[in-house]
Amino acid sequence: MAEASAPAIATRQPRFVILRWLKLRPGAAHALPVIAFLLIGFAAPLAWVIMFSFMPERSFSLLNEPTLDNYVTIFSGTTYRSFLWSLGLAAVTVILLALICYPIAYGLTRVFGRWSTLLTLLFTIPLFVSENVRLYGWILFFIKNGVMLGTLKSLFGYEGETWLFTEGMIVLGMVYVYMPFMLFPMTLGVSMVPNETRDAAFDLGASRWQVFKEVDLPLAMPGIVIGFLLSFVLAVGALVEAKVLGGQRVIPIVHEIELAFTYAQNWPLGAALAVLLMLVVGTLVMLVLRRFDLDTILGRR
Amino acid sequence: MDCTQEGPVSRGMNTRTPVIELRQITKSFGSFTAVHTIDLVIGEGEFFTIVGPSGSGKTTVLRMLAGLETPTSGDILLRGKRINDVPANRRPTCMVFQSLALFPHRTVGENIEFPLKIRDVSKADRKARALQLMEQLRLPADYYGKNVTKCSGGERQRVALARALAYNPDILFFDEPLSAIDYKLRKTLEKELKDIHRETGKTFIYITHSLEEAMVMSDRIGVMRQGRLVQVGTPNEIYTAPNSKFVSEFIGDVNIIPVAINGTGKLHSAELGAEFTSPPIPAGFRSGHLVVRPESIRIVERSDSAENRLSGRLYNEYALGSRIQYQVRVGEQVFIVERLRQQAFQGGIDSEVQIGWNARDSILVGD
Repeated sequence: MAEASAPAIATRQPRFVILRWLKLRPGAAHALPVIAFLLIGFAAPLAWVIMFSFMPERSFSLLNEPTLDNYVTIFSGTTYRSFLWSLGLAAVTVILLALICYPIAYGLTRVFGRWSTLLTLLFTIPLFVSENVRLYGWILFFIKNGVMLGTLKSLFGYEGETWLFTEGMIVLGMVYVYMPFMLFPMTLGVSMVPNETRDAAFDLGASRWQVFKEVDLPLAMPGIVIGFLLSFVLAVGALVEAKVLGGQRVIPIVHEIELAFTYAQNWPLGAALAVLLMLVVGTLVMLVLRRFDLDTILGRR
Repeated sequence: MDCTQEGPVSRGMNTRTPVIELRQITKSFGSFTAVHTIDLVIGEGEFFTIVGPSGSGKTTVLRMLAGLETPTSGDILLRGKRINDVPANRRPTCMVFQSLALFPHRTVGENIEFPLKIRDVSKADRKARALQLMEQLRLPADYYGKNVTKCSGGERQRVALARALAYNPDILFFDEPLSAIDYKLRKTLEKELKDIHRETGKTFIYITHSLEEAMVMSDRIGVMRQGRLVQVGTPNEIYTAPNSKFVSEFIGDVNIIPVAINGTGKLHSAELGAEFTSPPIPAGFRSGHLVVRPESIRIVERSDSAENRLSGRLYNEYALGSRIQYQVRVGEQVFIVERLRQQAFQGGIDSEVQIGWNARDSILVGD
């Protein structure tokens, strides 16, 4: 029986004529639907944006003659400030997040024991609430006569200025919003450091700081790098924090893109800005991934 | 009398100067006492092995000696100085861990050089020392730049030992480092380790759950059970004079007959319905176990003068290479009898046999 049916399977032809015509192997044939989905849902919109960035100003069609005008406008104007603000705010946010999250990650994996699950849950819960709602919560907290200043005023008669609508406030909002994206990969990274390896380094004469530098940090690096990338990429795209908490004092690049697409009705300019942002962030991510090859760190290669 | 109450006997120390001393060491984790009032003196240059089943507290003892745990009470003395509060990184001791705890992100060379790098030894000196240790431990020199995760089990073992030796400690601890290695390689590494011990002259304190492994390497052995040190002695003493049923069982195949003193003052086994002549019975002994090694029991002929005899049935036989082991059933009790291969018993399976042993070949222990 088995001998008879085996050749039958091997010689069975694809049912669809197009597949036979394409001479695809079964694996490639099965990947076709996903490839088609990715092309339509992911690559095509991206291609449209890239193509639009080469269209003349304020045009709404891809049928015009390609031009570099939008890029010229961007490089001759002051838009670079928005780029710098976005990158700068994201960098500050990520550095602060790293400093805040490492001790928490360490605590979650080694110190808090059975309380870790509860704490992890507490860090997750805010994610269930819309970002805008949470940011307006901060407004209520910090606004004049709000939770903080109102309480200080009624209890101690202290009348202070609000901290709202400052750069610091934007950073606070971003640190708050993107914390889970740094914390969880980092916790995973820290939990990958075996206790015996830390003990061994300590036993071999290393000080606590040397154990951290030589063992903890390099072995937790995959998680740390992923946390850095995740929160950085998200923070570069941050918009509402600057709008709500910063009171439009700072215009991040994403805000510029939004303005170009909506208020200014200048799709090609917006598209060019988006392309530049993708290039900048993409290059940074590539550089980081090249510097920290995750497989090498894990000793897999 | 219960023989385990005699406590550990520190024999076999000979003329060694004490290097490390445990005085009434107890370690509790919450309500659980892992280590219970241990007293132990280990001599300079000794190869001392602590044996016990898992959960007997042996790893905890080692971690306290290394400075990775602090005793709840009692003192640890290093050459007469109390070191309870000296952290691991400032003790002249070094541990080879069960998992080996090598640094996976480092090469073989970097692993071995780690303790030297910590001490700011120059790069050239570090490398020279690493290569020297690699040669001593029979690691090829071209492994220096090899990723440590690419090494085989035996090679990693050697890297871990080389790294520990690079620290140049006075005392080396081993926490079952050979437990995950296959039998043949383990036998080789056991001997190598004993050679390294001889070459370096350092004190080795080793932990294992295999008394066989302990026997091969150790100058002295301490047997632990449920956080207590139940017997300390040379391998020979542990083998020939176990002080409890627990220790005698731990050695391997052994015949244990539950016995009690009967009305006439003789040893009697209720299960076998037999009386035994035995070594002198300690005063106050009421009940316990008679231990007879498989090689001390023989299948007896009529003319044999064995002082103790039992009739049974040959149930099965197992070839162990140089020896043959027989399983003889006397009533419900199973006896293990061993003979050299050349003297194989000629009767077949299921034949009625008589087994016997002399009183001086049996050991009387408490419960």
